[in-house]
Amino acid sequence: MTDAPGHLLIVDDNKVNRLLLSRNVELLGHKASVAENGLVAMEMLSSQSYDLLLLDIEMPEMDGFQVLEAINADPDLRELPVIVTSSVEGLDNIVRCIELGAEDYLPKPVNKTLLSARVSSGLEKKRLRDEQRRLLERFATTEVAQDLQESGFAIGGKRANASVLFCDIRGFTALSENLAPEATIDLLNTFYTLMFEAVTSNGGIVSLMLGDGLMALFGVPQPLNNTAQSAVAAGHEMHSMIEMLNHERLADGERNLRIGIGIATGEVVAGYAGTDNRATYTCIGSAVNLAARLEAETQNTGSRILVDQETLDLLDGVDIQETFGGTQIKGFSDPFDIHAL
Amino acid sequence: MTNGPIDLDIFAELKDATGDEFAAELVNTFLDEAPGMIAELKAAADASDLEGYRRAAHSIKSNANTFGATRLAELARKIELGDMPAAGDFTDAKALETAFAKAAVALRTLYND
Repeated sequence: MTDAPGHLLIVDDNKVNRLLLSRNVELLGHKASVAENGLVAMEMLSSQSYDLLLLDIEMPEMDGFQVLEAINADPDLRELPVIVTSSVEGLDNIVRCIELGAEDYLPKPVNKTLLSARVSSGLEKKRLRDEQRRLLERFATTEVAQDLQESGFAIGGKRANASVLFCDIRGFTALSENLAPEATIDLLNTFYTLMFEAVTSNGGIVSLMLGDGLMALFGVPQPLNNTAQSAVAAGHEMHSMIEMLNHERLADGERNLRIGIGIATGEVVAGYAGTDNRATYTCIGSAVNLAARLEAETQNTGSRILVDQETLDLLDGVDIQETFGGTQIKGFSDPFDIHAL
Repeated sequence: MTNGPIDLDIFAELKDATGDEFAAELVNTFLDEAPGMIAELKAAADASDLEGYRRAAHSIKSNANTFGATRLAELARKIELGDMPAAGDFTDAKALETAFAKAAVALRTLYND
């Protein structure tokens, strides 16, 4: 046996079946827990994680079909492989199990060799899915990872109202010239960790990392009540985090970091763009260009955060530092009123 | 090869796959649990509870197959797939009870040999 041991949950209302399946699973080197009906199983699944479910169909309280439906409806459980073990009669019932997402069907009494093969393959699938999820989460946030898995990496787009935030470290190139390469990467890692936290804790996602800056989206793929409010809250949080970091840097005798932030709001098209092999979640629309320009403009105005009129209109009880009326922005023909927060 | 109600090949396979001691324990569990399942079948027949009636028969069938109790399994399967008897008609349940009693004797004998 080459499998790493897994923890299986056996759901069966019949005591003889529970004992026999547990024994077989344990003889294969895995750990077995048991539940005597679907309700008990769902409770156990919500309080602990299992690697594989061996599920009977005919049960009182909550039968196997209902368990499969409940698992399908729960994003946390959807990836749990389920092997139906039953002596239920009729091909239509077996088909129904598979349609409801069961990985496999094993007739009872369960053949030990078949069980071993199906359990191995189920555990391997679980391991691959966990691995894929971990990889995805390293490069995207949980929301995007989930969205990607649900959509099956479909390359498509949708139109939505969103706020776009650009953030950049001022004068990073000059700063990094005096740093060892390792120290530069270290500093960027710290910067990204803090900025990701500010974005995700406000319901946004980081869609691009660009050297010493990043682009974040609020309102796609997950809708938000007030995209502008969330983006501005993230912007303020980014500044407070940089201030905290600067306290530490000062103690170590290092130079202050400064960041600029631009935020714009409007209709965008968002989706996965790329090829089947490599796709990225991206966003297109004039709000994207404007947010990038506003971020650049913070260098001229010396502002912490610059927002466009649409963003400002959505904010409650906002403290405007200064409004720059009729500012000409590169790439846009009409001048804008932009606001420093 | 059969020992009356029990298919000895299936029973040997069970012992082989799970171990002598475990198989003995499993037989005892079945002998303890089966009267309860038959009682459930009767109660369901009495209450014209089709779902409960079929589920009880299904459970007995499933366990009977595990031990190679072929005759008992066949009867249980017939009940599972058959029509609901008139309320209080225990003909099927009694036939099942007899088949279980025979299988139980045979299973006990297998362990006392």
